[in-house]
Amino acid sequence: MLRLSGAHAGTIQAGPAAGALSVALLLAGCGGSGSGGSGSDGSGAGAGDPAASGTVTLVTHDSWALDEKVVERFEEESGLTVEVSAAGDAGTLVNQLVLTKDAPLGDAVFGIDNTFASRALEAGVVEEYTPADLPDGVEQLGGALTPIDQGDVCVNADEAWFEKSDLEVPKTLEDLADPQYRDLLVVSNPATSSPGLAFLLATVGAFGEDGFEDYWTSLVDNGVKVADSWEDAYYVDFSGADEGGERPLVLSYATSPAFTVSEDGSESTTSALLETCFRQVEYAGVLAGSDNPEGAQAFVDFLLGEDAQAALPESMYMYPADPATELPADWEKFAPQAEAPFEVAPAEVSEHRDEWIERWTETVVG
Amino acid sequence: MDRDRSRLNRLNRLSRLSLRPAPLLWGTAVAVPLGFLAVFFAWPVAALVVRGFVPDGVLDLTGFAEVLSSPRTWRLVWLTLTQAVLGTAFSVLLGLPLAYLLYRRSFPGRVLVRGLVTVPFVLPAVVVGVAFRTLFAPGGALGFLGLEESLAGIVVALVFFNVSVVVRTVGGLWERLDPRTEQAAASLGAGPARVFRTVTLPSLAPAIASAASVVFLFCATAFGVVLVLGGVRYGTIETEIWTRTTQFLDLRSASVLSILQLVVISGALAVSARARRRREAALRLVSAHGSARRLSWRSPKDLTMALVGAAIVGGLMVLPLAGLVTRSFREPDGSWGPGNYVALGTTGERNALVVTVWEATATSLRTALAATVISLVVGGLVALVVSRRPRSVGARRAVGALDGLFMLPLGVSAVTVGFGFLITMDQPVLGVDLRTSGLLVPVAQAVVAVPLVVRTVLPVLRAIDPRLREVAAVLGSGPGRVLRTVDLPIALRSVGLATGFAFAVSLGEFGATSFLARPDGATLPVVIYRLIGRPGAENYGMALAASVVLAALTATVMMVAERLRDERAGGEF
Amino acid sequence: MAGLEVRDVSVRYGLSTAVDGVSLTVAPGEVVALLGPSGCGKSSLLRAVAGLEPLAGGSVRYDGEDLAGVPVHKRRFGLMFQEGQLFPHRDVRRNVAYGLETQDLTRAERDERVSTLLDLVGLAGYEQRAVPTLSGGEQQRVALARALAPRPRLLLLDEPLSALDRQLRERLAGEVRSALVETGTTAVFVTHDHAEAAAVADRIGVMDRGLLLQVAAPGELRAAPASDRVAEFLGLRG
Repeated sequence: MLRLSGAHAGTIQAGPAAGALSVALLLAGCGGSGSGGSGSDGSGAGAGDPAASGTVTLVTHDSWALDEKVVERFEEESGLTVEVSAAGDAGTLVNQLVLTKDAPLGDAVFGIDNTFASRALEAGVVEEYTPADLPDGVEQLGGALTPIDQGDVCVNADEAWFEKSDLEVPKTLEDLADPQYRDLLVVSNPATSSPGLAFLLATVGAFGEDGFEDYWTSLVDNGVKVADSWEDAYYVDFSGADEGGERPLVLSYATSPAFTVSEDGSESTTSALLETCFRQVEYAGVLAGSDNPEGAQAFVDFLLGEDAQAALPESMYMYPADPATELPADWEKFAPQAEAPFEVAPAEVSEHRDEWIERWTETVVG
Repeated sequence: MDRDRSRLNRLNRLSRLSLRPAPLLWGTAVAVPLGFLAVFFAWPVAALVVRGFVPDGVLDLTGFAEVLSSPRTWRLVWLTLTQAVLGTAFSVLLGLPLAYLLYRRSFPGRVLVRGLVTVPFVLPAVVVGVAFRTLFAPGGALGFLGLEESLAGIVVALVFFNVSVVVRTVGGLWERLDPRTEQAAASLGAGPARVFRTVTLPSLAPAIASAASVVFLFCATAFGVVLVLGGVRYGTIETEIWTRTTQFLDLRSASVLSILQLVVISGALAVSARARRRREAALRLVSAHGSARRLSWRSPKDLTMALVGAAIVGGLMVLPLAGLVTRSFREPDGSWGPGNYVALGTTGERNALVVTVWEATATSLRTALAATVISLVVGGLVALVVSRRPRSVGARRAVGALDGLFMLPLGVSAVTVGFGFLITMDQPVLGVDLRTSGLLVPVAQAVVAVPLVVRTVLPVLRAIDPRLREVAAVLGSGPGRVLRTVDLPIALRSVGLATGFAFAVSLGEFGATSFLARPDGATLPVVIYRLIGRPGAENYGMALAASVVLAALTATVMMVAERLRDERAGGEF
Repeated sequence: MAGLEVRDVSVRYGLSTAVDGVSLTVAPGEVVALLGPSGCGKSSLLRAVAGLEPLAGGSVRYDGEDLAGVPVHKRRFGLMFQEGQLFPHRDVRRNVAYGLETQDLTRAERDERVSTLLDLVGLAGYEQRAVPTLSGGEQQRVALARALAPRPRLLLLDEPLSALDRQLRERLAGEVRSALVETGTTAVFVTHDHAEAAAVADRIGVMDRGLLLQVAAPGELRAAPASDRVAEFLGLRG
């Protein structure tokens, strides 16, 4: 049994837009039978045993919040017991896995993202495993990391503020350095916050390894403010959070506008600038040295299966990796994805991350 | 003159009660805490540091040259020391008048104010950070002070957190000082200032030094506050270790920095221990009962103190806390009401959490209870051993070292301990993987709470006139009975306080807990951190409401601890 | 030989010698005062007898038994200091009863003994008083009652009256004497006041710089001081 309390089952979603989303989720959830039952496909010794047994310990980051009913269904169908262990953010997660390689913390991992994926692969913390039926459009990393969900980190704008100031909402990274948007942007520190790092990578993707520092210099000249964490930037400095902040542009997620939907549910007071985004992809895999690799494989299959994929938007607020998954109705409106997010190859990120952050620090902090 | 010196010598001699009579008792009293510290602190930390120096089976010390030659490192050391020294100095300076008011004078609502003063101590740093930043931001209530991203801003927040340590520790001794000594000085023609300087302050010195060393450690290793309030410009060794470890997995640099931090901390501890030793003397203690006089509005001294106290409490505590409480009643749609509190029964907007806030509260209470029991046993034993001054120089040094040793957990980064646990506790115990079981959470919290228990109980134990123990022994009490009938009842007062502190620290611990708690075993600070880390007015409102719950819980615990103690003390004192 | 027998006792603190080869006997029921200036070693000798200081040499015997291996609490002695020795967390009755609590007594017997002792030191009815409410003289009387309550084989008094004013001191010295005689208690009484020593003791031992110069009855001592130093301490010179 999943060792999570059931007391909040059927929690009433407080968000105004949540009603519609919940209905969509229920429909999607009932449609899928889950692929957990075929979990032992492709495994060695346990192959052909439909009722894999024992406990699967999932190691994940502190944002793990997959609907427990979905997980319970997986447990019923597979005969496995799922234990969840979570610690720190995505970066911390990978570093913990690297440190505990010789005595892994569990069997399966979820939450390694593309900015840290190479480090995990290089250290050999995940075992090669490819789910039997990888959906179209889903690309593995290194034959071991299977993408499960994704989300865009983009600059968000306080629409109401721009309307009131009679100023056009900026669109591109270049716009942000335009003097008419002077002192309006707050971002977070790439050394201490994961969206901060993602945005730094967006600028590397946009301006190249040799050009991003110049771009940041122009941002500094234009009065960019750097907070140490996302929450700090969003709740203290961003005017759109309604907490008295003074800056109408903040680094956040493409899905954030869904949290500022107006009372009647018709529109959001904030929007994401889709031409400023970096795409974070979260992967799952089987931990090397796991006691229950068959169970772990079954769990990775399950995460990529219809049931879990359909539950991701509502419970984790991320886009499912399988493009065929039906999205909740109003995601198009409030949480659209960027069409062409900036990209940096994971291997590049792994090789240069520290160096880029140091160069960024020299440029911005001085 | 000569007479005085010989009397002093005699007093020194008198205070040395031999440890010999009960080797078993003292052996256990030393072995239990040492074992605890070794397994749950020294081993994990050492293992992680060693991993930094021996990355691939080969010793690599190049990190030293690299890190120590970087100007950035020394800037961090300088900033660490500056903010810690300033934070400590102001905590003591502002803590003394409060300790006087709250422990030497009585007035209606005193118990409530005592509870209130402790609240900041346990609030999660991220909440305090955001609360203060909101005040300091250009548009905030204190925006005109220009404290945003300044050293002054950090120091204000550090004082907010730590002033209660001074108030409690010093107050606990102050209320038991025999007022007749002060009266004697006054009758000899000393004015109030002179009495304070020449009689009161020297008597309080052990407690002040004790509190100051704890506060210094807290300030020097402050993490969340520095991160949030300092912006990107201010960093400390602690924040650098955190970044190097969790973000870059640069254990090489992190290990060097950890050692640097240990050196800085040990140096500071040695200085404070020396200051403490010089001041140490057996004090005349009386029952706390009745030592507090009613606050008199006609006495100029009382009036000044009351005004100063009100200004400190009002400006430093009530303002940020009131902002927090007020904001927690603003509902997501902008209206006022208890909506955020009602939502604590849920898992947040869009399932931000795995458990409801109430479930996390229950977990917090259970965990803190276990941590408190552990830290009282371990810390009580340490305080007991350290309060004795054995005859031989070697043994005396060993006792001193033991004292310092148990302060170190406050000076080592929680991330180092947390990551250290991961690589050392890698063998299942009875089939349970300790690292993911959540069983280590109360243990990790206790490691941090032990130093506070020691520092709270120790001054009172040390101030017990050694002749009391000698009389008891001559009257037929073995070492065990001396402990039970002399040390324990006198220390009980501070044990009540220590219990409150330990519980409060455990309730508020975030660093190590966040690495070790399971999602379904999340504590209150962990869920608060989660909630505030997600967008959504509901989540933010819930985070604030949950912080208020945490604050109220802490205040209640501290007030109950005092109440309990007073009632029990009724017959004894 | 019965009573206290101190033979060639030395006490050292590091390199300095506080008591240097002192021998002394105290017969059962006898009260001996140790007289000398501050730092002469008299308190150290007393503490050595109590077992609070280790011996650097010599032996302490009581009723023929060598006390070398006997811990403080098993010696069945009593001890009284100058001041600051009452348990602040206990009221007068529970202070006096402290040494009785380890004895096999019923509560009634204990209370009975406490009131007898309080009566003896002139504090009848003080049972419920809290320590801080007592005057200095009252505190010392309580301490005396407490020390006598368990019927110690030997009572050690370390300047018990020195913190009090002269008048009170003189009166109390007489009271201590009668309390000791009345209870037949063997006692060693340390003081730097020769008048006090003469008022309390059957014999007086004069100490200086760790050495015991002379032991004799007060009259004898006065009549024939063995040296100029002894005469000086007795107030016969200077």
